[in-house]
Amino acid sequence: MTRLTLSRVTKRFDGQVALDDVSFGIAPGDRVALLGHNGAGKSTLMKLVLGLIPLDSGEISVLGAAPGSRRARRGVAYLPENVAFHPALTGLEQIGQYLRLRGEPASGAQALLERVGLGAAARRRIGTYSKGMRQRVGLAQALIGKPDLLILDEPTSGLDPVSRREFYALLDGLAAEGAAVLLSSHALTEVEARTDRIVILSHGVMVANDTLAGLRKRAALPIELHVAAREGQADEVARRLDGRRVNGSQVRLDCHHDDKLARLEQVAGLGALIDDVEIVPPSLEDIYSHFSRRAAP
Amino acid sequence: MTRIAAIAQAEFRIALRNRWVAIAVAMMALFALVLSAAGSAPTGALGADRLSVTVASLTSLAVYLVPLVALLMAFDAIAGEVERGTLPLMLTYPLSRPELLAGKALAHLLTLALALAVGYGIAAAAAFYGDPRAATGLPALARLYWTSLLLGGTFLGIGYALSALARRPGAAAGLAIALWLVLIVLYDLGLLAAVVADNGGYFTTDIFPWLLLANPADAFRLYNLAASEATAAAAGIGGAARSIPLWQSLGAIALWPLLAFALAVAALRRLTP
Repeated sequence: MTRLTLSRVTKRFDGQVALDDVSFGIAPGDRVALLGHNGAGKSTLMKLVLGLIPLDSGEISVLGAAPGSRRARRGVAYLPENVAFHPALTGLEQIGQYLRLRGEPASGAQALLERVGLGAAARRRIGTYSKGMRQRVGLAQALIGKPDLLILDEPTSGLDPVSRREFYALLDGLAAEGAAVLLSSHALTEVEARTDRIVILSHGVMVANDTLAGLRKRAALPIELHVAAREGQADEVARRLDGRRVNGSQVRLDCHHDDKLARLEQVAGLGALIDDVEIVPPSLEDIYSHFSRRAAP
Repeated sequence: MTRIAAIAQAEFRIALRNRWVAIAVAMMALFALVLSAAGSAPTGALGADRLSVTVASLTSLAVYLVPLVALLMAFDAIAGEVERGTLPLMLTYPLSRPELLAGKALAHLLTLALALAVGYGIAAAAAFYGDPRAATGLPALARLYWTSLLLGGTFLGIGYALSALARRPGAAAGLAIALWLVLIVLYDLGLLAAVVADNGGYFTTDIFPWLLLANPADAFRLYNLAASEATAAAAGIGGAARSIPLWQSLGAIALWPLLAFALAVAALRRLTP
């Protein structure tokens, strides 16, 4: 059974389409990244799933119940984007309050804060925390009560690379225990290989819903061969390989996956003219732009 | 119930740390002291005990101060959560909107109850010190205390409603001050002007009493000044206040908090995070 199912979800704000006919599902243990530019509809989609705003048409099922229903609220954790907890409370007090709101004893707060690396700062006021620490408070409240579904809006914004890695490790643990995760991000580079599936929204339209490998394949973007010519040979190499000279020694060739070996053979054939060759697959940014550009009006 | 308590506890902590509790208590204590000092003269002449005189002055003070303190505590309640981005988060918890408001109201009422207890306590102590007959005024003081809480509750509710409608703390604060000016200051001036212009006509006899009851602050003043013989004498409004039956002014001050809370709930329900 899927934890979250969206079918043909459409939402308009004052006639402007925010989400257009979006359908996908998330199974237990699945980590799904929701990507898109600012205004692509990521936050709107999350608010619909949480039942904070009503949808215009289509259907959303959260843990088999309606969004915002008691059953759904009990099993769903949410981390809003840019949330700022009250500066006058300590981390311990804030998490204690959220624990009690979920019907759990406030005494569990210290353990939760330790899980997100805030154990030492638990008794300090949130007003003294750095941005990354505040983000961890948000994360700690999302871990309360072993949620079945986590909705995380830009959870890694404000986190340094080490913290980001720790965050994904935490997520791996949750997913291994069967939690389903939907997290949003601006950039494909940020979610990399740490998610199971990638959904890309562009202007409210879902333009992709696939694994990273699947996206690579479908995009079929050319591979680049970076050929370094020996001194003074760049022009000759560019002519013979029909490539682009980019500086005194570098020549670039575009080729498709299928002719990669044939092109490499050509390069090898030049023998003494070549200093080095590098194969550069399309970057995550290239793939992301490929998909998110497609739906632009 | 745990959920309401969880909200109330955090909110009271915030009130303590933001010095709201200290400010409210200090303000009430200061005004009570000033009143006690200033109100010591006319006691004997009026034939009222000293505490009843104090209650009459405290009533006039509370009409201004209690709504102000309540509005100042309430204006940030919803708008602040919207600004910090915690409101959508709260609403994804198994917590209803009325529960959220009830928790905040509980903490703010507690703050107010503390401040009033300190302020009125000081005033009462001063009255007892100067006049052994002051015990006669104790029922009037008790009445003043719980009606002050009802008045405070009313303006807390109205403050929450404004906070939810405004969505931004700055705008909510502006609205709260404007409302205080209109309901507490201008309203009475307007009524006074209308009564003078009407010169004892239909407005004065048939509409004016209802307009007094419609304003929670006026109903509060009417009830407290009319409920006790001695306070009425001390305030010098014996006849005027008596023209409206007690049960009507009491009804108005008891209904207003419920109405204000309902308004706040309705305003919060309209808010899409």
